Amino acid sequence: MNCIGIEGTAHTIAAGVVEEKSEKCQVLSNIIKIYRPKQGGIHPREAANHHATYVAEIIKESLSKARIDTSEIDLVAFSKGPGLGPCLRTAATAARALSLSIDKPIMGVNHCVAHLEIGRGTLNNCTDPVLLYTSGANTQVIAFAEGKYRVFGETLDIGIGNCLDKFGRSIGLEFPCGPKIEKLAEMGKNYLELPYSIKGMDIAFSGLLTAAEQFYKHGKKLEDICYSIQETTFAALTEVTERAMAHTEKNEVLLGGGVASNVRLREMVETMASDRSARCFVPKKDLCIDNGAMIAWLGLVMYKSGLRMEIKDSHIDQRFRTDMVEVNWRGK
Amino acid sequence: MENNTILYRGAEAEICYCYYHGNPAVKKRRVKKRYRIEEIDKKLISSRTKEEVKLISDSRRQGVSVPTIYDVNLQDGIITMEYLNGERIKDILNDLGEDKRIKICNLIGESIAKLHNGNIIHGDITTSNMILYNNQIHFIDFGLGGKNGETEAQGVDLHVLMEAIESTHSKYSKCFKYVLDGYDKKLKKDSSQVIKKIDEIVKRGRYR
Repeated sequence: MNCIGIEGTAHTIAAGVVEEKSEKCQVLSNIIKIYRPKQGGIHPREAANHHATYVAEIIKESLSKARIDTSEIDLVAFSKGPGLGPCLRTAATAARALSLSIDKPIMGVNHCVAHLEIGRGTLNNCTDPVLLYTSGANTQVIAFAEGKYRVFGETLDIGIGNCLDKFGRSIGLEFPCGPKIEKLAEMGKNYLELPYSIKGMDIAFSGLLTAAEQFYKHGKKLEDICYSIQETTFAALTEVTERAMAHTEKNEVLLGGGVASNVRLREMVETMASDRSARCFVPKKDLCIDNGAMIAWLGLVMYKSGLRMEIKDSHIDQRFRTDMVEVNWRGK
Repeated sequence: MENNTILYRGAEAEICYCYYHGNPAVKKRRVKKRYRIEEIDKKLISSRTKEEVKLISDSRRQGVSVPTIYDVNLQDGIITMEYLNGERIKDILNDLGEDKRIKICNLIGESIAKLHNGNIIHGDITTSNMILYNNQIHFIDFGLGGKNGETEAQGVDLHVLMEAIESTHSKYSKCFKYVLDGYDKKLKKDSSQVIKKIDEIVKRGRYR
């Protein structure tokens, strides 16, 4: 079975084609295009305009890269939410048009759950992981429990990527700031104490952000501030992930989201996992960031489990929470 | 049981069985974490150990059941305390009869109210951190707690429990309401302020 997935929750418009082979996911193509604002943060309407401009050619490119004809596509999946309304609508409209024109069923999927399922689908032995999902908007610790994907811990204010971007912008860096902060952090040596805010398995970053901005205003070395931001936030993220693993008694951890590209975060989570004899999984980079292949794969998994969606029910949901997804493909 | 048998290995600490002057006891040792830098690790281990001991004794003064502390070692992050030979609420709550479950939840709420009356924030109220022993609900693991009398902190404290119940006891999500009933009964100030705060905290989260 082949499925094309269209992603458009925020900065990224993407399309990917996947094929199922003995319950594993083969990624045939994964085309990603990212809207980068000239300055400031994301403007939802401008991002949606960007997506509308490129979505058709990205779909075409994903099909030609996969060397597949529309007649060989069995299903069209799209990101139903959560995300920015105008962006979601653009991707969903494209998906509806495609579904109707090639006369194949449609399936709207949850973006956060897609990050987890692409790990299970593409990585060997990754069967029942706790996902640490870290991106611009999202910071969640997700695991399967009692028949659903449940959020065991999450940010109480802003996502970790957003925290890094906000700090970056305040010192004049361009989006995305994470990789630039990572570079600066490598040169930092002195740890400056920042608020470490964990509440149960939840986490908060806004206090740390303010404190870091204050350090900058008071002339502390930028490299040291970046080093301290990374060490503090990533240690807290690793701690809540470990708490969720202990709580759910699971011994696999999966990384997902754009911030999972950060080498230091990976290193911390890998160390934590190996110290508790657990396994750590990281999908390939293009499957970690927002992408169409993960949307396609989750759509395919849902369709195979017997779920169906009519065009008239294919509306988007900006606040589509992880635990709202009916999961009937994983047993009890 | 043999000396030094590991009873539980949590995310941040190991609990092992031991004897203290001949009495059955447990040692809670906060484990050094290789993933974080020394500066953060040392500070978290000693401050949480210190805070935990202080909060356990404060909680007892408020009439909440907690283990008796025998000995503390701040450098190595070790607390030696009474062995509670009971059951974790997490393990029994789903299997109780409805009446008993309501009763237990009411009692949990009453204990949380007593903590909050004394400006104590537990910081990690989950059903894993409560032990039913001698017909009393004992609270353990105060490592993320602190002293704070603000409605905001109390709301966050209860919000942690709400999420734990929703994820671990999802079939019995009404349990949180029963907890609030008990909470309302014992809280000195008007509990509706705190409950309003919980709603506010929920809405602050993503996609609510």
